[in-house]
Amino acid sequence: MYRLTTRTRAGTVTAVAVLVLVAVGIAMPAFASRSLIQDLFFILTMLALAQLWNLLAGYGGLVSVGQQAFVGIGAYAMFAGVILLGWNPVAAILLGGLAGLVLAVPTAFIAFRLQGAYFAIGTWVMAEVTRLLVAQWKTLGGGTGTSLPRSATSGILGVETVGALFGVRDAAARDIIAYWLALGLVVVVTGGIYWLLRSRLGLALLAIRDNTEAAQSVGVSAGRLKWTVFLLAAAATGLVGGLVFMQTARISPDAAFALTDWTAYVIFIVVIGGIGTIEGPILGVLVFFALRTTLADYGSWYLMTLGLIAIAVMLFAPKGLWGAISSRSGVHLFPVRRRLAGPRIEGGN
Amino acid sequence: MIWVDIIVQGILLGGLYALFAAGLSLVFGIMRLVNLAHGDLIVFAAYLILVGVSLLGLSPWIAALVAAPVMFGAGWLLQSLVLNRVLGKDILPPLLVTFGLSVVIQNGLLETFSADSRRIPAGRLEGASLDLGVVTVGVMPLLTFASAVAVILALNAIFYRTALGRAFRATSDDAVTAGLMGIEPNRVFAIATGLAMVVVTVAALYLGIRANFDPSIGPARLIYAFEAVIIGGLGSLWGTLAGGIIIGVAQTVGAAVNPEWQILAGHVAFLAVLLVRPRGLFPRAVD
Repeated sequence: MYRLTTRTRAGTVTAVAVLVLVAVGIAMPAFASRSLIQDLFFILTMLALAQLWNLLAGYGGLVSVGQQAFVGIGAYAMFAGVILLGWNPVAAILLGGLAGLVLAVPTAFIAFRLQGAYFAIGTWVMAEVTRLLVAQWKTLGGGTGTSLPRSATSGILGVETVGALFGVRDAAARDIIAYWLALGLVVVVTGGIYWLLRSRLGLALLAIRDNTEAAQSVGVSAGRLKWTVFLLAAAATGLVGGLVFMQTARISPDAAFALTDWTAYVIFIVVIGGIGTIEGPILGVLVFFALRTTLADYGSWYLMTLGLIAIAVMLFAPKGLWGAISSRSGVHLFPVRRRLAGPRIEGGN
Repeated sequence: MIWVDIIVQGILLGGLYALFAAGLSLVFGIMRLVNLAHGDLIVFAAYLILVGVSLLGLSPWIAALVAAPVMFGAGWLLQSLVLNRVLGKDILPPLLVTFGLSVVIQNGLLETFSADSRRIPAGRLEGASLDLGVVTVGVMPLLTFASAVAVILALNAIFYRTALGRAFRATSDDAVTAGLMGIEPNRVFAIATGLAMVVVTVAALYLGIRANFDPSIGPARLIYAFEAVIIGGLGSLWGTLAGGIIIGVAQTVGAAVNPEWQILAGHVAFLAVLLVRPRGLFPRAVD
């Protein structure tokens, strides 16, 4: 008779569109230039970071300003795997995810003692501490950083096959592999978050975000859920960090733990696009990239504009661009709300 | 003897951090607003003083006196036009707005003053020192510490002895009820932020005289300030001073062991206090 569902027609359309987009994305290197592939790689990695931060802040209520800790430690773990253990860079990315997960345990232990805004500062301090400690790691270049050895970058899993397949040099083939990995990561991260939100866990998460006390009173374990979300996001952020620095093949503490690149941009993307929605970061990253391309020649004006737009969005459209679109049109491309579906009631609306 | 010297220098350095933190503590205590642009506002005020010194030929102290009302006005406008609109139960909007503001100020300063590091010239005082028998201390660090104490005394006097302070405390405890008694919370908040900006100007004066600064150093000062506020406990200005001193001493002791550990030692001290006393040493406000 009546059943609880999150399925909508828009959701079904999205599912089909996503499948088509992913198929086009996989085939992209066959006809796209190298610079386009690099741009897409940038967009995809930023999107993955934005979805993860959105999971923390928009759904989990955990406003972290220290996500650069996990990008950085993931990147360094990847480098350590290649340089110290002799792993293939692609395999070493997994080590980056593990490092993110491990670092998240002490970070959460300390930061979860702090409420609200203090939580943000706590994560930031932890990121600074990690950066300062990593800068002491002399084998990986200390404060100045280091590069991946040539033997490792040209030996990346699949470089030869891809090079032969598309008739490109090693460096371009490496970009293509990094791009595919980024595409896969975005699909897994976005799909994973979507699945999580539609599960019982997601329902509990939304309940905690909206009213912690009320959620706890009906038996939701807020503490355990926050830990789960924080650890998951940290591990995935570590993977992104490993991937980004596999592509650049050069690392330094300042680049790997950059507050601007890995947290400020990400926050702007989510806020401008629409916090607390899966569509928001996708829209946000497109706006972000368009601004970056248009204002690239104006140096610091670009960041200033980004900051001003974020302030204006918070003041006049706190739900972001997607929130404004969605509330006018009622469209949800990734529906997570539970609705009653069943036969229409006579005389009802 | 060398350790006595290190500790004394650390305490004096703590005075500077307490100055960074006092404005933050004030605003947080009254309206639970976390201003992520606080560090950048200090740097902004330092440039304002620098302009007074280098363009108008004023002495740094006079330049700071001129800058203070300007900063008060800036704070008042910022609070009335922007921050009051986003204050509420949800902490995310004010956090994100001030984060955006931080990026805007940093890059605005970068565009106006370039990335060169600058310093406010203070003449003979810069290198002057006092021999206290056991230790020799710089006049500037001593002045900084004395100013921190003076600022906290003044703020406490305003808080506990004036009608304005009563309005501050009432709004902090219960803004709605305070509103029923004829206090306009938004006006009180605007004055509080203006006042915090005056404290920021004092902090900027010492920041600019004692060390080089450039547009990018704001966030690092913000972290020290926050650590001092959190260690001290919410709403306690003397606690903030204690927090500043703890960070300062940890940094000088860390630096004495290994120069590379200076900043790290400060952060570790903060985390250690947090593990033992998550609400800080002297929490006044419950939140």
